[in-house]
Formats: sequence, C-alpha cells, structure tokens
Amino acid sequence: MIEKPVISAAEAAKMVGEGAVVHVGGFLACGSPLGILAALADLGTRNLTLVCNDTAVLDERNGRITGVAPLVKNRQFRKMIVSHIGTNPESQRQMNAGETEVVLVPQGTLAERVRAAGCGLGGVLTATGLGTEVQEGKQVVQVRGRTFLVEEALPGDVALIKAKKADKAGNLVYSKTARNFNPLMAMACALVIAEVEEIVEIGQIDPDQVHTPSILVDYLVKA
Amino acid sequence: MIEYVESKENIARRIARIFKTGDVVNLGIGLPTLVANYVPPEVTVILQSENGLIGLGPAPEKGREDKDLTNAGGMPVTLLTGGAYFDSAMSFGIIRGGHVDCTVLGVLEVDQEGNLANYKIPGKMVPGMGGAMDLVAGSKVVVAATTHLEKTGSSKLKRRCTLPLTAERGVDIVVTDVGYFEVKGSHFELKEYFEPYTPDWIVEHTDADVRVAPDCRPWRA
Repeated sequence: MIEKPVISAAEAAKMVGEGAVVHVGGFLACGSPLGILAALADLGTRNLTLVCNDTAVLDERNGRITGVAPLVKNRQFRKMIVSHIGTNPESQRQMNAGETEVVLVPQGTLAERVRAAGCGLGGVLTATGLGTEVQEGKQVVQVRGRTFLVEEALPGDVALIKAKKADKAGNLVYSKTARNFNPLMAMACALVIAEVEEIVEIGQIDPDQVHTPSILVDYLVKA
Repeated sequence: MIEYVESKENIARRIARIFKTGDVVNLGIGLPTLVANYVPPEVTVILQSENGLIGLGPAPEKGREDKDLTNAGGMPVTLLTGGAYFDSAMSFGIIRGGHVDCTVLGVLEVDQEGNLANYKIPGKMVPGMGGAMDLVAGSKVVVAATTHLEKTGSSKLKRRCTLPLTAERGVDIVVTDVGYFEVKGSHFELKEYFEPYTPDWIVEHTDADVRVAPDCRPWRA
C-alpha cells in the first residue's frame, strides 16, 4: 500500500485556501481535529464556508472555547452551514447582525447531503423539514404517494477530520461518538486531511475494523 | 382555588410510564433527559442518542469521563454493555427510517393540530434545530414534554403555533405538569389529570380546544 504524507497541523492549515468550502468533523467539538483548527485560527484564512454539525462552544465567562469557535470569533467564515449554533452566542450575533450568512440545516439532512456528495448522488429526498422554513425555495416531489423535499448534495473543497487511529496508508478507525460526521466528510471533499492520535504500521489495523478506507485520505496529521 | 406550581419531575415521571420493554427511545436535551431517571425498573428501554449511539448509560463518575463519549448535549456519558456506536448518517437513518419507537422533545409552543415549535424565536433566540426536525419526522411516537404555563400565565398548548415550526403535525402526545393529552388534529383530548389539578381547571387554563376524554382519570406521581 502507498503511505500517506504525515504533515504538521500548520502545514495542513496552509492547504485550506481563501474562500474554500471546509467540512469539519465533530459534534460540539467531540471528534473535531483540534490541532488543525488551532493552526487555521492562527493562520487567519478568511472567506471560508463552514460545513459542520454546529459552531461548538463559546463561553467566554467560563473560559471555554472549543472546536471551530475560535475561527467563528476571528470572523474567518463568510458562510456557515450547520444544524446548531445554540452554544455559540457569537454565531448568533453574527447571524442577527447580518455579518455572516448562517444556513441552518436539520442534522439528519446535513448528514445525508454530505453523504450524497461523497457517493456521487445529486441529493436526497426527505420528509424532514416539510411545512417548515427549511422547505422555502426547495422542490417538493411525490414518490409512491409520499411527499418529500429535494435536498441537494453538499460537497466541499477540504475535509478536516479526526480519527483515533490511522495506519501509514491512511486507513482510519474512529472512537465512540467522536465518529459522527467524520467518515461522511472523508468521502465528500476533494482534499481530505485526517488528524489522528496514533499512527501504526500498515497491516496493524484489522481490515474488518477499518471505518474509512485509505484511498479517501490524502494527508495525516499527528494530534 | 388551585395554585399552579411548576413540576418538571411530574412530567418526567409520567412520560417514563409510556414506554414498554424493548422500545428504542430518543430523549431531547433538557427536561426530556430527566425522563431516563424515572423509567420503572421492570421496563428496559434502549436509549438512542443522535450523535451516534444506542445503549446510552448514566453519566460517568467524576474523573472517569471519556472525551470521545458524549450525548447530543456534549455532556460525558457511558455506554451500556451491548450498546453500539455509529456515524451520523446511520444515526439519522435509524431516526428517519422509523426505527425509533418514541422521541421526547421540549417545547416552545405545541398546537392542537400537532404542530411543534421548539427551535427558534426570530430575532431573539436562534439555537437551530439540531436533530429535532428529523426526530419528529421519523419517530413512530412523538411526545412533547413541557410545563403547562408560561411565566406570563398563558399555556404552552396553543390553538395554532405562532413561532417557526420544527415540524408539521408531528406530535402525538403532550405531557405537561397538569395532565396527559393526546393530539386529535382539531383539539387536545385530556386523558389524565394530575391531582390536585382538575379537568375544569385544565380546560380553563389552556389556550386551546381541550376536550375531556370520556374515560379521563386522575394520575398521581
């Protein structure tokens, strides 16, 4: 198997170009690539579009700032496509002030739109969001007597994901609920960078236990 | 004269009695999470958490938290023996595919048509819907859990929601701290009243069409 380059978090951050659509794994920062995100915050790359479950936690009174929250605070995102911003008041402030475009997407729809992008599908049909603001501007179709919204695929330029373990070829194993959106995003983006806690020799991960096959991963970053 | 006293505990106690052994249940953040504390010992439910697990266990002891194991509120949790982890597509496939028997959600407003609003107060509070829209659209039974009255004295049960909807006509059951209601499309049907409240008091203190079921009965926590 071909070994994947192991790069630093700073080198990974430099691969995220100005204006890129960036998929970031994690659920309230559980399973987010924290090292790469910190480097990207330091670098200050702007006009990014974020695709992520949420905008993590920004609680300045208690000194808690997690996941993508430092990048939100730095105003590095032009647009944020997320399911939840309730634990990051700065996201809400930027949205209400019209400083950042925020598109709220139901969590399951977000997962399926990302999955569809990674699987070569144009989108998915779902009943989620019918009769709500989510329906606005979308096509409604009938299939076998049921009504669905057409939700388009959501591809990205760069996926910044987090896994527990990789082998040198880039096969990934996630840990517990830190898996969440990571395997879906690994399929949906042109460039995939995985931050991992441990890198082992090729052959040391049981092929039956691989969550994301190596061919989907371009670079590894040691957490 | 009956005085209204908020009791989240009574809501949680009554909802916990809805389940039967083997039910796959998703509990929302906040008040619905309390329900897990009151499931009777003879009933075994399987808790699903939309961030990617079934077999949700209690919070870990202090010092035994695992950074990779949280619930959908980001709080540390444990997994029961026999539980399983999966990604977000599988998690919502389980939800949307009708494999969750019952979901319990919090409420900003719920109306007699079964419409639910719980994710947004425009211009004021916009946390986002998270997984709530999928949960209401996909679960077999949707239970709305809410205190009966606002601080202003108006009820959370409405004729028609005025806030942006989380889902259209998705709610089956509403449990408040005064009673248990079924959504009948054109009205709420009161099935149980929680003493000391009476059916008359409940009808009078609900800003919606409430009809008392012929077999309506008292329930005590």
